[in-house]
Amino acid sequence: MKNNILNEKDIEKVGKLSRLKLTREEKELYLKQLSGILEFMEQLKELDTDDVLPTFYPVTIKSVWRKDCVTDSLSQEEALDNAPAKERGYFKVPRIIE
Amino acid sequence: MSKLPFLPAHVLSGMVRKGEISFSDITSEVIARLEAQDKSINAYISRRLEAAREEAKALDESLARGEDLPPLAGIPLAVKDNICTQGFLTTCASKILYNFVPPYNATVVEKIKKEKMIIIGKTNMDEFAMGSSTENSYFGTTRNPWDYQRVPGGSSGGSTAAVAAGESIVALGSDTGGSIRQPASFCSVTGLKPTYGRVSRYGLVAFASSLDQIGPIARDVKDAYLLLKVIGGYDRCDSTSLPLPLPEEQLNGKVRGKILGLPKEYFSEGIDPKVKEIVEKAIKIWQEMGCIVKEITLPHTKYSVATYYIVAPCEASSNLARYDGVQYGFRNPEYTITGQNPVIDMMEETRDNGFGSEVKRRIMLGTFTLSHGYFEAYYLKAQKVRTLIKEDFEKAFQSCDFIVTPVSPTPPFKIGEKISDPLKMYLSDIFTIPVNLAGLPALSIPGGFTEQNLPVGVQIIGKPLDEYGILNLGFAFQEATDFHKRSPHGN
Amino acid sequence: MEIESVIGLEIHTELSTRSKMFCSCSTRFGSSPNTQVCPVCLGLPGVLPVVNEEAVKIGIKTCLALNCEINRYTRFDRKNYYYPDLPKNYQISQQYIPIGVDGWVEFEVGEEVKRVRIHNVHLEEDAGKNVHEEGKNFSLVDLNRAGIPLLEIVTYPDMRSMEEVNSFMNELRNILIYIGASNCKMEEGHLRFEANVSIREKGSEELGPKVEMKNLNSFKSVLQALEYEIERQGARLRRGKPIYQETRLWNEEKGESYPMRFKEEAQDYRYFPEPDIPPLEISETMIEDIRATLPELPLKKRERFVKEYGLSKREAGVLVEEKEISCFFEEVVKACPHPRVVVNWIMGPVMRELNERGLTIGESKVTAAKLARLLEMVKSNLITQTNAKYCLHEIFDSGEEPEKIVQKRGWTQVTDAEEIEKIVREAILKNPRAVEDIKNGKKTAFGFLIGQVMKLSQGKANPGKVREILERELGSSSKGEG
Repeated sequence: MKNNILNEKDIEKVGKLSRLKLTREEKELYLKQLSGILEFMEQLKELDTDDVLPTFYPVTIKSVWRKDCVTDSLSQEEALDNAPAKERGYFKVPRIIE
Repeated sequence: MSKLPFLPAHVLSGMVRKGEISFSDITSEVIARLEAQDKSINAYISRRLEAAREEAKALDESLARGEDLPPLAGIPLAVKDNICTQGFLTTCASKILYNFVPPYNATVVEKIKKEKMIIIGKTNMDEFAMGSSTENSYFGTTRNPWDYQRVPGGSSGGSTAAVAAGESIVALGSDTGGSIRQPASFCSVTGLKPTYGRVSRYGLVAFASSLDQIGPIARDVKDAYLLLKVIGGYDRCDSTSLPLPLPEEQLNGKVRGKILGLPKEYFSEGIDPKVKEIVEKAIKIWQEMGCIVKEITLPHTKYSVATYYIVAPCEASSNLARYDGVQYGFRNPEYTITGQNPVIDMMEETRDNGFGSEVKRRIMLGTFTLSHGYFEAYYLKAQKVRTLIKEDFEKAFQSCDFIVTPVSPTPPFKIGEKISDPLKMYLSDIFTIPVNLAGLPALSIPGGFTEQNLPVGVQIIGKPLDEYGILNLGFAFQEATDFHKRSPHGN
Repeated sequence: MEIESVIGLEIHTELSTRSKMFCSCSTRFGSSPNTQVCPVCLGLPGVLPVVNEEAVKIGIKTCLALNCEINRYTRFDRKNYYYPDLPKNYQISQQYIPIGVDGWVEFEVGEEVKRVRIHNVHLEEDAGKNVHEEGKNFSLVDLNRAGIPLLEIVTYPDMRSMEEVNSFMNELRNILIYIGASNCKMEEGHLRFEANVSIREKGSEELGPKVEMKNLNSFKSVLQALEYEIERQGARLRRGKPIYQETRLWNEEKGESYPMRFKEEAQDYRYFPEPDIPPLEISETMIEDIRATLPELPLKKRERFVKEYGLSKREAGVLVEEKEISCFFEEVVKACPHPRVVVNWIMGPVMRELNERGLTIGESKVTAAKLARLLEMVKSNLITQTNAKYCLHEIFDSGEEPEKIVQKRGWTQVTDAEEIEKIVREAILKNPRAVEDIKNGKKTAFGFLIGQVMKLSQGKANPGKVREILERELGSSSKGEG
């Protein structure tokens, strides 16, 4: 199988972009599997789509909006109910370095 | 064994009103089935059996007081675990949401509650609805009630298995590329994927936003129709929901003169001969009713798998970005400081340990195809091919009323048979995927059984918004056959 | 070598809607953390966004005020990046078809009118806030701000000096306030900036490597950060060192910027159309209805004030700077048609009182009608300037009618000649030394004597008349004695 669509560096980059800390075994597996899948995708190139409009939306509805009205929010307790860690009404996370 | 759990809701409802049985009887019998088999089948991730019993009792009392109840009141319902239930665990069968309790109800759940249906529990599925076998679940594989060695299909395999096994009367599933229809076919139940926008997606945990649709899973077409009327309709919380009324007409089985289109691409290579035979037999039954059969062509069918596996993972990679251990769900208790940002280390390890391998594969696939330099070659290209696939259907429907096809190229396959080869698994979705890409309604009904007593379904695809039409065609079929009445226990 | 800086700005402005961009949570500022959040703005599994119509309308209005072309078909896109304050880890924004494109802002720099072109205007949602405490190994996240509607205005790199940047920011801020798009309260983060700057030899057409500066939350930080950056780049250029294209974060306290370590890593936002929000079709009617609500913009208003009321450019500038003040001015002039008197009073005593009290005119107890009537009394000599100022002070305190205050205090001005003569004579008698000094040519004594007269009259005597009579009295007496 020719592996020119994807290389290790791509997997590395995609892992970073996906926020996945991949193990070495995972990187090897995904490189193989994704390469195969992407190769399969190549068949789309057979089609001439220059004059075709994309279907981003399956429905033809347009301009859906709501009035600018305020309704009740969750309570702080409800908002933080599922939080893995919280403190003084905040979500708590490991130190963020900006 | 009681036959109650294997009767359709419309029959049970009538029996309750005639005083033959109570709501509590139905719920108790369903719970009895569940308790007897679900350790083996594993259809449910979480259950609310006591609450269900109490609700049934309360409804019996309401009825005794002479109160008016909605048509599906008191009917046990199973909800796929990617539909949010307020105050009740909603996991998407993922470790990353193993403890998530939503503070809100999905719109469909609100409607179910208004109808006074009884939620038995939340059903197993492929993690985040990614899969065709319910093998990709953090909570273990669901087994096919017809053959425990085989998969129930997926991703709504828990819901279809629950209905097939009498562990619920009806169920909700979601269908992104066939996730209602294929498991309905594998479990010999009726499953409807409505037109995109018919049923609100608010509260359905998103997999691929432009393809996802919630739909009913039931013992027969009549129940599916009743449940569609409960869950469907416009919702202002979902901007893509259609501001149109649901169909009202009664199913009458009048199908004489209707033209059934048979796409030649769906009956050629790769299809199991037995599946083909069963679908062709079904078509004969409709012909005998006076339907006209016509060969049609959907020339871009072969591109649909590639198209789908670009579009769906792209949307999924973005939809699933939110699971990062910050606000809810699983957070990796420890993380290795790699010298970068501690919070990023936490997120990366949470996601790597929290997601299963199929989900990670699709996130990576979607991230790659959306990334700089590839957007046009993959995402944009796929959305253009999607247009071609949609146009295939538009053209075909100019000369026919319905399109009839197999649901899956094969009967239920063995557990573990395809799990190691993702592409092989993806290819088995070929007959269901085009419908989602085009946003059309489609129905899967029990069509017969193989020699090994494995179920095979038949798919009816309709024009946009023609849920009534496809249900009525299915109804006619079920009036003439009894496949849908069979249960895995030979009732 | 003379160096020229080439500067562009991105302005994020929080819109003055009641509810958030895609949900109905309040946009109020300063609440306890995580109390203005709901499943939608928390980005919980399963939620869907619904567009706030008012935010779209404000967006269109801003585009019109900035002379942009409105895209009649516009849509939202997802901008994918991970950050703990971004609940969904994507921001709903507009990348491919923003609501407005190709506009401009004109403003004055000294005597010249300068034009900065607008590249595009787009709608998006704000992120939450991360709180970092000194010495702690954790950070805290508040999502109240997450989902507040933002309008991002992106300029072309058309600015060449700090002065231009400053004037542009002021003008833009004024426009946003004039059209009601944003309250532009800096302390509440209503206006936040990103700047990009490159330097080149003056006269060169080529652009140098662009450096982006983030975290600029006030006009002051924009100017300081740009100055710092231009200096830094200039120094490198002079020493023959390369300038790298990069993103730098401004540290307000330290007054320096440093390269961003993490946020910028592999900036690949993977934009794609937001499938949860159908595209928007903006009708001609909608645009015209919104255009009809556009008020006169600051530049036009300044020109008109100069022409119509004979104000100086500076005066017009000061009045128009605050929309409320400029409207107040016009209202006062309507009832008291002496623009010069009105402008002097507003720019003098009125603004002084407002500053001391820390109020805006709308918050104060002074109304245009009350000020107009007070000034009419001054104009027709019913009250002295000094007492009018005291009166204004009292109106600020109590909001009472000026006539009532004047009457209560007995400040009605004495203009009757006989009465003033009586007081003048009394003053002459009581101050013989001053009279003597005046006769000896000591001019200051004359002023002292006027003061004594005013004192005896309890400030009510018309100062003009006093002077006139005093001169006559002293003159006649000196004549008589001479």
